[in-house]
Amino acid sequence: MRDDTIPAGAPLTGMVFAEGERPVFSPGDKARILARSPVGHYRVPTYMRGKFCTVEKIIEPAAVDNEEEAFGRNAGSKRHYYRVAVPMSELWPEYKGPATDGLRIEVYETWLERVPA
Amino acid sequence: MSAHDHSSPHPEPAAPQHGGDYEIMETAVRELLVEKKLIGPGEIRRQIEVLDSRSPALGAKVVARAWLDAGFRGRLLENGRRACEELGISFYDDTQLIVLENTESVHNLVVCTLCSCYPRPVLGLPPDWYKVKPYRARAVSEPRKVLEEFGTHIPDNVEIRVSDSTALVRYLVLPLRPEGTEGFSEEDLAALVTRDAMIGVVAANPPTRSA
Repeated sequence: MRDDTIPAGAPLTGMVFAEGERPVFSPGDKARILARSPVGHYRVPTYMRGKFCTVEKIIEPAAVDNEEEAFGRNAGSKRHYYRVAVPMSELWPEYKGPATDGLRIEVYETWLERVPA
Repeated sequence: MSAHDHSSPHPEPAAPQHGGDYEIMETAVRELLVEKKLIGPGEIRRQIEVLDSRSPALGAKVVARAWLDAGFRGRLLENGRRACEELGISFYDDTQLIVLENTESVHNLVVCTLCSCYPRPVLGLPPDWYKVKPYRARAVSEPRKVLEEFGTHIPDNVEIRVSDSTALVRYLVLPLRPEGTEGFSEEDLAALVTRDAMIGVVAANPPTRSA
């Protein structure tokens, strides 16, 4: 595993990154968790699908997709997980607690779509 | 109230039945793997030993150190896994650890709605109530009610943050340091930190008067 105690420097001018190497989302980005219903192993709970969220943190290092790994495909392309914030009121319209109450969950990059700010 | 004497909020949890389908499947797969010589009984026993060597005492040590040492606290919040490794706690898998700091304005609660993801390297095995559906479903939909059932009242001006563990990341709650613990040693502080406080269902225990 990469030693992430040493922060990566800013990329040199002219540096070209491989596809999927850099995180696509940044903290503060608005996104929507996709609403697809795949057959087989998945890590996005049903109650989260289709919900709007805000990216809070990039989970380092990039990792293989757990959903692929479940079928033994544990090599190849890695992407980032993101810790995203979803208000309780977005999940449960009838939620009775304070509007500030919220949920945090890690979502793989392929499950997020960008929402125009 | 003490974190030790609360009764389970779910008197009759839908705990896995012994001899149920999943247990039979687990036994069948395990025996097949051994028969095919993909793993040996020694490896299974070794992994049980790894898990048995983990208990909430490790997490309590981490919390107590964070209360006493601001530098360590900073590193712990920055990268939970590295900071635990710094104290000699090994992570035998690829999971990361995010430590969630409770403050006067934020209370954290941890759940795994899909199964029973839990910070095993620092807490050991999860309690039964953590693994059953009532807790898993209700912690994300009515967390305040669940907390009340544990005897924990969170005022409305304190934000509840529920973290649902699903993939790579495990969570450990860093509870608020109880009042009246000035001058306490790391050992004395650790004794106030229960497993349930590190899941976020209760606060750390207040110091007893006799202490």
